[in-house]
Amino acid sequence: MIRRLNENAAVSLNLGETPWPPKFPGGLEYSSPARGTWNIVHVGMLLPEAHLIFVCAEACLRGVVLTAAEMGAMDRFSMININENDITSGGMETLIIDGVGDILSRLEKKPRAALVYTSCVHHFIGCDLPLVYKTLRENHPGVDIINCYMNPIMRKSGLTPDQLMRKQLYAGLKATEHDPKKLIFVGNDFPTPEGELRELIGSAGFSVSEIQDFSDYDGYLSMGEASAAIIFNEAAKPAGNELKRRLGIETIYLPYSWDYSEIKAGYEKLAGYSGVNVPDYSALEAECEAAAARTLKIIGDTPVAIDYTLTYKPIGLAHFLASRGFNVKRIYGDGYSKEEQASYEKLSEIRPDIELWPTVNVMMRKTDRAQSNYLALGQKAAYFLGTDRFVNIVENDGLYGYGGIIRLMALMEDAYKTPKDTKKLVQIKGWGCGGCL
Amino acid sequence: MPVKPVRQTYVNTSLYAADAMGVCSALYELGGMSVMHDASGCNSTYTTHDEPRWYDFDSLVFITAMTEHEALMGDDEKTVRDISEAARQLNPRFIALAGTTIPAMCGIDIPALARLIEAETGIPSFGLPTDGMHSYLRGAALAFDALAHRFVKETEKTDTLSANILGLTPLDFSYIGIEDSIKAAVKAADIEIISSWAMGSSPEDIEKAASARVNLVVSETGLKAAKTLEKRFGIPYVIGTPISGFTPDIIDAIKTADAEKRNINPAAAFIENAASVAVIGEYVFASSLCAALSKHGISAYPVCPLESRLKSKPADSVSDEHAISEELKSAGTVIADPLYAPIAKGKKFVALPHEAYSGRIFRASIPDLTESIEKILKELI
Repeated sequence: MIRRLNENAAVSLNLGETPWPPKFPGGLEYSSPARGTWNIVHVGMLLPEAHLIFVCAEACLRGVVLTAAEMGAMDRFSMININENDITSGGMETLIIDGVGDILSRLEKKPRAALVYTSCVHHFIGCDLPLVYKTLRENHPGVDIINCYMNPIMRKSGLTPDQLMRKQLYAGLKATEHDPKKLIFVGNDFPTPEGELRELIGSAGFSVSEIQDFSDYDGYLSMGEASAAIIFNEAAKPAGNELKRRLGIETIYLPYSWDYSEIKAGYEKLAGYSGVNVPDYSALEAECEAAAARTLKIIGDTPVAIDYTLTYKPIGLAHFLASRGFNVKRIYGDGYSKEEQASYEKLSEIRPDIELWPTVNVMMRKTDRAQSNYLALGQKAAYFLGTDRFVNIVENDGLYGYGGIIRLMALMEDAYKTPKDTKKLVQIKGWGCGGCL
Repeated sequence: MPVKPVRQTYVNTSLYAADAMGVCSALYELGGMSVMHDASGCNSTYTTHDEPRWYDFDSLVFITAMTEHEALMGDDEKTVRDISEAARQLNPRFIALAGTTIPAMCGIDIPALARLIEAETGIPSFGLPTDGMHSYLRGAALAFDALAHRFVKETEKTDTLSANILGLTPLDFSYIGIEDSIKAAVKAADIEIISSWAMGSSPEDIEKAASARVNLVVSETGLKAAKTLEKRFGIPYVIGTPISGFTPDIIDAIKTADAEKRNINPAAAFIENAASVAVIGEYVFASSLCAALSKHGISAYPVCPLESRLKSKPADSVSDEHAISEELKSAGTVIADPLYAPIAKGKKFVALPHEAYSGRIFRASIPDLTESIEKILKELI
């Protein structure tokens, strides 16, 4: 049931009254000032020694060039600006081919790879992109030309721009002999921290690397030697499929989760692949419970709000917290992964009163942003509630498994005790990418 | 293989805010609802990089969230329905619909959609044919011009000297109080300010704009509206940004424009094309700064990469790096936004951040040149 709270309020859904999947009314969309999530520039910049070239109209280029500028990475970023004539003249292929050539010739140092991003316009005018990329590869044999896309209009048609970017980030990897004892983490924005997952991998005699480990392109290329890719992020599944199809690298999908049985099932899957027995994690579970109890004791019945920018599984996190007595009141998100359905149904049973709030609905512009009593888990929740007590991480920030739960409890305690400058922090784009703001 | 120099390439410099964003910036404070007809991205770009008021100053700016299916199959009814529904919920004073690249490519008739929306909602609506392929200058100019056509009412002129200030947006003047300095400089000359388009004025102020005796165009975003107000109400205009040292010339020009009923661009007399100092920026501001510098014995010329109709060779698209470099050839010193530094290598570079170019990055170091140009002079001399 959709509820209109008052003339200046947004619409929210009551979890207990809303069957899966919850849906908010479509229509115009609002963009909140909380900007910490990563975009395709932030992700593309993970590729060492690569240069990013965007081919788009001015309106689209503006956001990506200033992303690069705010990262302090303008030396790795270039553009080709499309004019009206390029759309009507039929010369788009030539513009891209010659433009990329012009840019590469003017760089002080030739990059090892060039991520060439085309856009919605190319899709609609029927630009011959296979020809464009083929010609670019022929023209620049010393540079790996990687086709990338900024086509948000296709976000509901096939792969989303986020999925495409995560897939293409590994398109530079080449067929090579696989090392049966080598694994890679694929599709994460943040490095995977030390913890029980890395211990399990190490104990099985495997090594593991990820793109964040490398500052040079050869290091990146060495990831192609892996026998299997471990993927946590659902949006990186197409990357895994492509690595399997193109290079024969197996995928081990260990989904981000806040549920012990799911975490354990992931480790069992990995242990099965590695040929070892899964360790007994009961001590770690107990540690998680102790951490949660300690945090609960500190924050008490403080209302808690969770948003989708903090974790890919906000419903799962809400269930973890609510089932341990935390006063979860709100969840912010506009749509949820199918992987969240079981958590949603369980949460609905124990806390049907939880409110589901959208973030892009136009009424969110007028929502009451003066609810400073909340502890927010995520930037958007912090902004919408106007609270300065919030956990400031995005994109799951390496929170994985039992270790991730324990770390999050510590972050919640810290957020509760130490107010932050919400206005300053949430407006920084690509939180964790570094930058000049 | 030989490499062709290609126009439209930018190796490591930035680009200006786009036209649709200019529309939203111009109308931001007037209680309307601005909608960009776009898939996604324009809204977050605008609110992150082009709109310093977004966090603290609630205004209604949205996108239509167009999808591939809607673009291919056409679904104007959905656009009208969605905008009308939002308007019913939020009750804006007016609705502005701005086009972006895909609607332009699909041939969507933005002004016609606005008429349908107005018929549906009864709320004054206008559609602006932006296409995402031009700069903010064109979009803001179209938006101000729409105000001049739709909202300014016939009114008696004031008895004493008065002016509207046209072309004030944070894209050119940031949001650090420069607009107040400009107004103070005009008021100090006993010139009443009727309205300022559009920072710090209400919609009611805009409605009364025809009572002004002169329009002061402080950036080219206000020029089109000035021409419309001249046509509709016979108001002459003066082109120039009040910059310390040059402000008296602007005040004199306002008085002359009022007395002689003619338009004046006082900075034009101070531009020296053979000068060794180049000022990159929006044309009215850059030429006004050149004029102010000339008062200190420094000859300077403006380099405007935007689609200015004022520069010696009017342009329909923004200049690329090759074209800008060409214009900088004779300059020994370049005054420009810090993100222009890579194309001024080997020249003395004086940083002068411009929000429409580098967004929020250097906002803290944007100087109020209406107050003083000492900072620039110190670096030049």
